[in-house]
Amino acid sequence: MHNKSVAELSRELESGQVSSVELTQQFLDRIKREDGKYNSFITVTEEQALADAQAADAQRAAGNVTPWTGIPFAHKDIFCTNGVRTTCGSKMLENFVPPYDATVTANFRQAGAVCLGKTNMDEFAMGSSTESSYFGATTNPWGLGQGEKRVPGGSSGGSAAAVAARLVPAATATDTGGSIRQPAALCGVTGLKPTYGRVSRYGMIAFASSLDQGGTMARTAEDNALMLNVMAGFDPKDSTSLDREVPDYTVTLNEPLKGLKIGLPKEYFSDQLSPAMEQQVRNAVREYEKLGATVKEVSLPNAKLAIAAYYVIAPAEASANLSRFDGVRYGYRCEDPKDLMDLYTRTRAEGFGTEVKRRILVGTYALSAGYFDAYYLKAQKVRRLIQQDFINAFEEVDVLMSPTTPSPAFIQGEKTSDPVTMYLEDVFTIAINLAGIPAMSVPAGFVDGLPVGLQIIGDYFSEARLLNAAHQFQQVTDWHQREPQ
Amino acid sequence: MQWDIVIGLEIHVQLATRTKIFSGSSTAYGAEPNTQANAVDLAMPGTLPVPNEQAFRYAVMFGLAVNAEIERRSVFERKNYFYPDLPKGYQTTQLERPIVGPGYVDLDLANGETKRVRIHHAHLEEDAGKSLHEDFHGMTGVDLNRAGTPLIEVVTEPDMTNAEEAVAFAKKLHGIVTSLGICDGDMSQGSMRFDVNISLKPKGSDTLGTRTETKNLNSFRFMEQAIAHEVERQMDILEDGGTIVQETRLYNGDRDESRSMRTKEEANDYRYFPCPDLLPVEIDDSFIEQARDSLPELPDARKARFMEQYGLNDYDAGLLSGDSKLAGFFEDAASHGKDAKLVANWIQGEFSARLNAEEKSVADSPITGAQLGDLVVRIADNTISSAGAKKVFEALWSGEKDNVDAIIDAKGLKQVSDTGALEAMVDEVLAGMPDQVAQYQQESDPKKQKKMLGGFMGPLMKASKGQGNPKLFNEILVKKLGG
Repeated sequence: MHNKSVAELSRELESGQVSSVELTQQFLDRIKREDGKYNSFITVTEEQALADAQAADAQRAAGNVTPWTGIPFAHKDIFCTNGVRTTCGSKMLENFVPPYDATVTANFRQAGAVCLGKTNMDEFAMGSSTESSYFGATTNPWGLGQGEKRVPGGSSGGSAAAVAARLVPAATATDTGGSIRQPAALCGVTGLKPTYGRVSRYGMIAFASSLDQGGTMARTAEDNALMLNVMAGFDPKDSTSLDREVPDYTVTLNEPLKGLKIGLPKEYFSDQLSPAMEQQVRNAVREYEKLGATVKEVSLPNAKLAIAAYYVIAPAEASANLSRFDGVRYGYRCEDPKDLMDLYTRTRAEGFGTEVKRRILVGTYALSAGYFDAYYLKAQKVRRLIQQDFINAFEEVDVLMSPTTPSPAFIQGEKTSDPVTMYLEDVFTIAINLAGIPAMSVPAGFVDGLPVGLQIIGDYFSEARLLNAAHQFQQVTDWHQREPQ
Repeated sequence: MQWDIVIGLEIHVQLATRTKIFSGSSTAYGAEPNTQANAVDLAMPGTLPVPNEQAFRYAVMFGLAVNAEIERRSVFERKNYFYPDLPKGYQTTQLERPIVGPGYVDLDLANGETKRVRIHHAHLEEDAGKSLHEDFHGMTGVDLNRAGTPLIEVVTEPDMTNAEEAVAFAKKLHGIVTSLGICDGDMSQGSMRFDVNISLKPKGSDTLGTRTETKNLNSFRFMEQAIAHEVERQMDILEDGGTIVQETRLYNGDRDESRSMRTKEEANDYRYFPCPDLLPVEIDDSFIEQARDSLPELPDARKARFMEQYGLNDYDAGLLSGDSKLAGFFEDAASHGKDAKLVANWIQGEFSARLNAEEKSVADSPITGAQLGDLVVRIADNTISSAGAKKVFEALWSGEKDNVDAIIDAKGLKQVSDTGALEAMVDEVLAGMPDQVAQYQQESDPKKQKKMLGGFMGPLMKASKGQGNPKLFNEILVKKLGG
């Protein structure tokens, strides 16, 4: 049962082969039994989940059904859940219980899905390995067979590991610089970062507001489509969300790929990429050619500037976004502050982890008088150049393909001492966030027994096309069905 | 040495929207602390701002009223600093692209001249909450009801040269925003707050001196005092050969003292940057034209109309047209009271005196314009004397009764104006005072005669039980005595 997709489980619930309560109990048992190895959950909401499952079964009996009615899944612990603590992986919010739902959370509730708990993540989504969580690192299910504890990627490493380990069939995630695609690649699952503004950010705890985007993670492209059907849409509570019709993303999954024009950005096939990784990605592209697609090389001349621009813009926004964690109204507060300054400084010194503090400092510096023009404004100009690169590329081709990451999952602790090495994990993903376009990571092979991700990048609002391309690939490959041992 | 005074103002105007600028919470004043603060106002994690269209409409109306350019694309920025009453750790405001560009206001000065004060810009922003330092025994309370209330901050050029001009400008602006209905104008509740920038320079010099900013003045009187105080302070320093420190000062109106709040060196680096949660706001022509169509009559136009429609002189019209509530009160009274000049006199006399004595605003007046109008009708048609009118006014003010005629009846203030009856009384009284009549008739000095008339009035008023029309009595007396 745990190997089944959301689409399959949905059919079984519909046919009455299994009830939501039974399904939910099975996954809860599996989490209890297995998650000690992975630490992919921060909070498991067993009681609530069983109550929701019961309600879902009643809904089904009453004939009030969506494809999600009674389906177990999990939320990244960045989405606020009414009445269930939401930590964002931080000591700062260790005991924070929001009195409201994120719009994404409310949408899944509305659809009748059963949330089993909240998944682990890098603190405030700042990281690429899920090692900076206050609640301990998450371990990648892949590699454990060789006795190695590897990172699941990050920041949505908890969601990726939970899906890879079959603890849930699907989980929500967020992506600011690669936080869906990179962990999806490293854990061998399928993930989608939608167009900026496609999914509401309301109730999704902000890291870098102009880059953050909620998205989907599951084993199959079809399940990603089912998730996006629930998540996408205009939200009057988020004025950066876009008022644009939401298609049924499952309808176009089976369209043939004949004539699809694929571009390979030459900058993403550089020496940063190991030959073994490159081989896997090129093999995947060949599968697409077999499906009728044509392939050409394209150029994103400013792509090399993406990491530098990102590490000005994202920390700058974060430095302001995280100012609200001041110990005054909610969240962690230091013991016995002697005055206001002491309250602020100790609360924030004790409540935030190293990487969060590093980025707040970087961002504060970049916005300071005398540096603003040289850093923030320059980075915004670079951002526009990068965006233009993609606009130009999509005049020539329909989608771009590249590796998602330069290398497969690395060993825990390997990159924690050098933040810049860690930042380079996102070298192929970060420009997409700066441009605001959608992209997916799809399992596309293995190197040394570790999953490799193929990144498919599309123009604004081309989620349906990306899902279609991923789904067709998954009809002729089985990388996404491989199970870690 | 002679000095030129240079004054510029920054005025925070609370907009009278029903809800906050970025959340659906009520903006009503005076609720229990923190009962009008929702998750957005509390800056709970993940919450986002959604702009209130009405705040933009009000800002555009203001811009049009001060002859300003409306910026088609305005941008919100974050102004970063930590304070407990600032929940997000930044204020959402505008800096590089404010919604209202350069404009101006013309002031009619007491000497008959017109003075133009230029407006540099006006921007939209959110108000902070309030820190409550009393009642918490060594701790500070935070009330976030006000957090997120929309403000426009109006910034003038340094065009004013004395306190009178600055106060005249402040009053004019008060009149404009209350007439527009975009602000309730209640300064005691902080609906309008003034910051005054002051510097001195040697008379005739082109170089501006170092300025100070005196913050948060919440009455015209304090503003005038604070300017006088600061000018004197700077003059003393300069004449002693000292230099002015660029700083922000706080003025204590009750003690007529000021103290330094922070110097330029201590000033925050606010690290402004465009707010990524809010897209740039585009304002199109139709939005501006709709706002223009909705503009009510403004003080300048109203003044002209008062002169035209009610025949008021420049002075009366200026006084009654500036404040929209006072203007409304006047018009209510004048439409009932027929004699507009007499209405104007009563408003500027008895009515204003009572408001001032009780520190009330027009809005708190216990009597209505219509009632004052009714009173003036009864004065004009000789039903009551002016002494009687004051008694009626008292009764209205104290709420004893609310109908002018009913008060006149109840208090027996109606004058007897029946000439036949009055003549009979005069005959009777004169018959009883033959000596005084003879004295009067022998007197050749008309001035002394006039004085002697008073001797008959007392007995006449007594005979008429105080209800005889004194003017008519006078006329009849002169006629009868003069023979």
